[in-house]
Amino acid sequence: METLSEVLRANGLIVAFTVVGITVWLSYVVSNRFTNGRIHGSAIAILLGLVAAYFAGLETEGRRGVADIGVLAGIGIMGGGMMRDFGIVSTAFGVNLSELRRAGLVGIISIFAGVIVSFIVGAVVAISFGYSDAESITTIGAGAVTYIVGPVTGAAIGASSDVIALSVAAGVVKSILVMVGTPMVARFIGLNNPQSAMVFGGLMGTTSGVAGGLAATDPRLVPYGAMTATFYTGIGCLLGPSILYFIVRALV
Amino acid sequence: MIIYGVALLAACLVCGLYIGELLGQVLGVQANVGGVGIAMVLLVLASGSKRLQSLVTGPSGEGIKFWSAMYIPIVVAMAASQNVVAAVDGGLLALIVGVLAVVVSFALVPLISRIGPQSEPLPPLEDPSESATKRGV
Repeated sequence: METLSEVLRANGLIVAFTVVGITVWLSYVVSNRFTNGRIHGSAIAILLGLVAAYFAGLETEGRRGVADIGVLAGIGIMGGGMMRDFGIVSTAFGVNLSELRRAGLVGIISIFAGVIVSFIVGAVVAISFGYSDAESITTIGAGAVTYIVGPVTGAAIGASSDVIALSVAAGVVKSILVMVGTPMVARFIGLNNPQSAMVFGGLMGTTSGVAGGLAATDPRLVPYGAMTATFYTGIGCLLGPSILYFIVRALV
Repeated sequence: MIIYGVALLAACLVCGLYIGELLGQVLGVQANVGGVGIAMVLLVLASGSKRLQSLVTGPSGEGIKFWSAMYIPIVVAMAASQNVVAAVDGGLLALIVGVLAVVVSFALVPLISRIGPQSEPLPPLEDPSESATKRGV
């Protein structure tokens, strides 16, 4: 048993390929047998991943889901930012350049609309929970943008660490909800063409959420949504500690 | 050679991330601004360019397609390494902020999609299990 654990630990990434492969296979079996293919296998696999991450987090008290379990550390490499970005870029292979160009302007509009609307939602909820200082309101608003914009903004304007932690939690909730909720609402929000996928990516902005949500909806939409989503966090970090903070400070 | 396609893909990502990082510095933000998006544009341009055809067709192209088929498994691994406990434990405030931000943003998708020229819906996917085998998932 000890020898096995040693082998697994020494070959993390390879173990990850095996474990993820089995998970995806299981998910497709469940999808075909029990849902008649109505719920995509990939959606089930992503959900299984999140559930596993939850229990792993409870067990290890770590922040990286199952990647904090020694023998599964390779999942953290396979699902880390580097491989995620590599995978996202590869999906652009075969993307229609004219579609991108045609939806360019509306894509940009959606990024700004997404950042500002999420920020307002976060700020309003923060106020209704009794926060009255501009720093806390701005930081929680920024957390509603993404879990990166929250702490970047909070650190820049000097918010307290518990508020920064809250903003990260809000951003993580958003990211997970987008992963799980997108396939369910796709039909109702017209998410079936490249243009709406670009708008979707720009409005949601959380790269992980958009990457997971679109993969579970229709993998062909991934590159369009990911394209706009990758600009969102940057724009959020730009607006959060500057214009948005100044506006909040002027209002409270 | 498969590695040529993989190398092209990797080079696009490195260039894109570098440009995104520089863009972040120019704008004075502590984040990469659109690095992955820029890398995607580079890959689209490269695959359309005549001179680079040998890097994106035949076996070289397979090197890119392989990673594109690995995308969903990577996303599954990503989901499994999320801090789900923090999201659940973040309390009511974090939950409400997250839920409302998502609901409002979902609702805006059809509104903003109406701006400008429209694109056609993609043809329906074939039988999911079949298309999954085709994609190599």
